[in-house]
Amino acid sequence: MAFVDKSNEKINALVRKYINDAKENLEYLKKSFKDPNILTNYLFVLPAFILFIVFGLYPFFKVFQLSTMAWDGLSKHMTFVGMQNFIEVLHDKVWWASVLNASWITFLALTIQNGVALILALMCAKDIRGGHVYRVIFYLPPVLSGIVIGLIWKWIFRYPDGILNFALVKMGMQHLVRDWLSNPATALNAVAVVHMWRGFGWGFVILLAGLQNIPHQIYEAARVDGANAWHRFIYITVPLMIPVFILVSILTILGSMQIYDIIAATTNGGPSYHTEVPVTRILASMQGAGRFGYACAQGIVFGVLLLSVSMFQLWVSKKMKQE
Amino acid sequence: MRRIMGLMIGIFAAVLISGCAVKKDKIDVPPEKQLTMWHWLSDRQDVLEKLSKKYYEKTGIYVKMELFSPSEAYKQKIMASAQTDTLPEIYGILGSKRDKANFIKSGHVMPLSAEMKKNDSEWKKQFFRQAINSVSFSEGNEFKVPAGIYEVPLDVVTIQFIYNKDIFKKAGIDPDNPPVTWEEFVKAGEKVKATGVDYLISGFGEPWLASCLASNFAWNIMGENKMLATYRGEVSYTDPDWIKVFSLFDQLAKKGLFASGIVILSNKEAELNFSLGRAALAFNGSWAVNVYDEMTKEAAKPLDYGVMLPPKVSNANPVGIWGGAGTRLVVNAKSSKKDLAVEFLKWLTMPEQQKEWAIETKNIPANKNCIDLVPDKVKGFLEAMKYAYHPDTFPVQEDPVVQEAFSKGLQAIIIQEKTPQQVAEELDKLKKKQMEKQK
Repeated sequence: MAFVDKSNEKINALVRKYINDAKENLEYLKKSFKDPNILTNYLFVLPAFILFIVFGLYPFFKVFQLSTMAWDGLSKHMTFVGMQNFIEVLHDKVWWASVLNASWITFLALTIQNGVALILALMCAKDIRGGHVYRVIFYLPPVLSGIVIGLIWKWIFRYPDGILNFALVKMGMQHLVRDWLSNPATALNAVAVVHMWRGFGWGFVILLAGLQNIPHQIYEAARVDGANAWHRFIYITVPLMIPVFILVSILTILGSMQIYDIIAATTNGGPSYHTEVPVTRILASMQGAGRFGYACAQGIVFGVLLLSVSMFQLWVSKKMKQE
Repeated sequence: MRRIMGLMIGIFAAVLISGCAVKKDKIDVPPEKQLTMWHWLSDRQDVLEKLSKKYYEKTGIYVKMELFSPSEAYKQKIMASAQTDTLPEIYGILGSKRDKANFIKSGHVMPLSAEMKKNDSEWKKQFFRQAINSVSFSEGNEFKVPAGIYEVPLDVVTIQFIYNKDIFKKAGIDPDNPPVTWEEFVKAGEKVKATGVDYLISGFGEPWLASCLASNFAWNIMGENKMLATYRGEVSYTDPDWIKVFSLFDQLAKKGLFASGIVILSNKEAELNFSLGRAALAFNGSWAVNVYDEMTKEAAKPLDYGVMLPPKVSNANPVGIWGGAGTRLVVNAKSSKKDLAVEFLKWLTMPEQQKEWAIETKNIPANKNCIDLVPDKVKGFLEAMKYAYHPDTFPVQEDPVVQEAFSKGLQAIIIQEKTPQQVAEELDKLKKKQMEKQK
């Protein structure tokens, strides 16, 4: 009973605080409108505020509203279905398979793509000959169109006469020749390779910038103290690079989970459902089946998933920093 | 250095200014005499502009042709414009019968039955029966659209097998007597495969083409009524007839008669491979004539090909192929200039313009009174019109979720991941689930 009273008190205090705050804000606003200088300031902010509401806030809430509707995307009439779309998403096996496919691509990107990016960044951070040229070359794939990259790689993977299969034959590895993109055993990994090839340049640039920000004096002091290259990497580079690693991994997760253009250009989600990813499923619901409400529900579930992963990652990185 | 920089800035500014220049040959007409037409036909923009100019000279009404390509971008464009009521006077709806029904029910499409039936159906009588069927909604249709004609067909298509005569000859198959039965079809495939060339190619990465072929087999094996009964949920996909349809794909896959990578090929890639002689047989539509001509215009030897119907699998029903209206246009019901738009479409589908359309685009005109002028290469497709049916004319359509699973199931059979029985059972389960949901 005492516990209930205490919580009621707490809630009441909180409510009082909010009411007082709101009153103060209202008073401030009233005063502001009387003060021509402050009013001018508001007028300057107004265009940006309107744009934010129209193109940011309104669509955001509209998606939530649509996710509770059965709507074909055209008619003026929508039917309220409550949480039905969300329940269906939770039971949609193809949807969850597509999330798993995207997660696998993300895992490969986090490990292999970022690993390669780090190695290349470490090499370019040293004053090697032609370092600037390498930087430009490594940064080229990310600026190319995903569709173009997809088509080029589709040609490389072509069976039996694509460059990859041709090279395998020339190297005496005839047994490895296969139809990389239409074979269910290799299709997803083949797409992941294309995605990683395109994406490592981003990680490379950010990691390189991070490495160049570490003061040389620290390395020199460590060298004087007898630390070898491995020790310098583990005890200096890694701890100082943690914020950069976090940034790169969050960007990798968000970018890889939302993969679409490369899939559209290479496999179109096939063979069967083997390279379906959440974005292709959302599009299939929207354009293929004309279920806009369901597509919005898929979008929200996907957004929540990405947000949860990013929050978890931030929490882990904070813990790591504290340690 | 400064001089070079100055020069570069000067060139940049000149390019920028010239880019902003207005094209001099633009036709200047008052808004009440101007119509806009949106389309996705990148290969037919020139012909449309030519016809529009001709119409302007005749009537003083100018139709601005606006192209939005590729078709996926076009689909999104009309969808977004419909939501904001900014559709032009004339446009085409790319999509299924369901999509069209949505546009009609939302008031974006003008019913054309009254116009078509004026003067003892003068306009309607110009078209092929199949073309009119595919642009109509029948009485009591499942979408609850009032019965009538809603679109104007510009051309008609049929989808069949196109075979490379040279490859057939090399494989010891008489190109003048292509396979007719299933056994002959498979045997021909084995002969072609023995020469080291792929047999059957198509854009099965685009789900609708594989479904189209399966539908042709189903039409022959079980007939229209049983297909429709399946869509209504009265016949299961585990029915022996459906298993037989799936088994045909399985048989071809087991014998290695599908071109490599067929399940991820877009139709454009399949067309390119066929035109380069990488496969002997393509499952494609009559639009391919124009496409192959474009793709091989610089080749030393023109592509020599013939057209054949799908092989006869059963004697129970006649062979059928997808056919009917190809390019279709609608009039925006919300436009204040819809009468002008109807007049333009009437003019566009009259024999003189349709002849020009047929010659320039190598497509079969929708107007049956000018088929004499159809290019020779297209005649094989035209003759097959008597076998044509189109799912758009069915009174009931398969659920889109089941439709997707159907084509994905065919892909799974082709890559030998699933058996026909497995695919049939999965489809049956999904169909029941969807039926339950509809209730």
